Amino acid sequence: MLIDVHAHFYTDRSGRSDWQEVNAARLDAGRMIGITSHVASILGTWGEHSPTYFPSPDDVTHANDRMVELAKTHREVLGYCVVNPNYTDHALSEIKLRLKQGMVGVKLAASRRANDELLDPVAALAGEKGVPILHHVWHHRRRDWPGQEASDATELAGLAGRHIATDFIMAHLGGGGDWAHSLRVVRDVPNIWVDLSGSGVDVDMLEAALSEIGPQRLLWGADVTLGTGWAKLRYLESLGLQNDDLELIRFGNAFRIFPEGVFHDDN
Amino acid sequence: MTTTDVAAFVGRYPFRSITHGTADWLLAQMDRLGIERAWVGHLPSFLYKDPAPGNAELLQIVEPHRDRLDPIPVVSPGLPRWEDDANRAVELGAPAVRAYPMHQGLDPCGGEMRVLAAALASMGLPMLLTVRFEDLRQRHPEDRASDLPPSAIRTLMRSDPELRILVTHADRSFIEEVHFGLTPTEAERLLWDISWIWGPPENQLAAVLDSMGIDRFALGTGMPMRVPDTPFCRVELLNLPRSEEDALFGGNLDRWISQYHD
Repeated sequence: MLIDVHAHFYTDRSGRSDWQEVNAARLDAGRMIGITSHVASILGTWGEHSPTYFPSPDDVTHANDRMVELAKTHREVLGYCVVNPNYTDHALSEIKLRLKQGMVGVKLAASRRANDELLDPVAALAGEKGVPILHHVWHHRRRDWPGQEASDATELAGLAGRHIATDFIMAHLGGGGDWAHSLRVVRDVPNIWVDLSGSGVDVDMLEAALSEIGPQRLLWGADVTLGTGWAKLRYLESLGLQNDDLELIRFGNAFRIFPEGVFHDDN
Repeated sequence: MTTTDVAAFVGRYPFRSITHGTADWLLAQMDRLGIERAWVGHLPSFLYKDPAPGNAELLQIVEPHRDRLDPIPVVSPGLPRWEDDANRAVELGAPAVRAYPMHQGLDPCGGEMRVLAAALASMGLPMLLTVRFEDLRQRHPEDRASDLPPSAIRTLMRSDPELRILVTHADRSFIEEVHFGLTPTEAERLLWDISWIWGPPENQLAAVLDSMGIDRFALGTGMPMRVPDTPFCRVELLNLPRSEEDALFGGNLDRWISQYHD
């Protein structure tokens, strides 16, 4: 089994004419790599109608509708419920609705800093429902970057510390920024799990993740670059890890934080 | 066809710890991945004011493994007597030389680089340029050098009709901007490694192979900084015929080198 905990899909409102090809390319490449489950989200309309990282409630609803449809038509696809926490009531109602429709987690991107108390009801509800939150992170964000109110690991740790019954996935360790900073921050935060996805393929990032965090809290993922995800998996396999440890990263840890029985092994 | 990695390094990186900077590790990864030869740079030399000691260290490291590791010395045309370093590279049989204008405080398409370009062209020696070592977002706060700009490659290529440049660590937009900003004859003297071009689902590698032709590309890993499996996985996901894989992994480089020595 191999579970990609950080996948994305697109819709006809994603601002790109090739959205169907890109979705199909992910599924095709996933089959070649051996991915048995893509846990995915759609970030609103990816900027077409509202900003990717600040999606309007309408765009959030559209994205979650389409994510539910995709999961229904593709057994290997599972959905995160995307929310914009600035619209608290909408966010909470979306989470309640989408989990009933089969979604398995919550996706927080960069609409509000992670340590802002506005995220508390979202984090509390995820914990109550027993689903993890995949949180976009800019590793060691030294300043504001345009287009997003990105959080770094320190800010995510603040939220995780207030919600110890909720599991958080720190997004894409290879997704940009200083991964070494993030590993230091989350080393002793037991409810933050580290997703290895992203286009970054630093040899030392993987080895530091193993030594700082250990295989017990690492999750495999690809995000928007499946080739780098596969390469990191192969490199990890070459390091001589015990098979049990490799299986934790490939799927075992995902089994621990997502609701029981959501993953299939028949793809 | 020899499977050749054109973007490998030994040594330490000045801005963060590198776990594996030795020739032994490099060779072990090459064995694991089926890479027969590697063009090897000396990682810390990009910041050395005088690259000569770094070149000497590089030679010492690769000398016991010259059957598989080719040294790629650095030439810094802002230094007096840089011609000696270039001549020494030829004497050593180096297949190319590296230059780091962005880290040496040189205008990447200014007079010093153009003189170097002309000299290398007359010597029949390709110039190897690296666009970046790390993603801009993850760099050390004191690592302030900008990425090499695409305009520099265009300008250098136009400056001498015999110059050949091998560019590593360039992404799709960079490559396309340069390739289609040159005449076909100029573009033929350029070779690109595939280390920084995304695969599926965006399929950027497939796109440039299709639009530019497979002949323009070579294998580069960026190890020991980058996971060397990456270009292999990207190519495997393309499901290319074996002949095209062979071209990417070494055939194109062999032909690019030999056509200028016939």
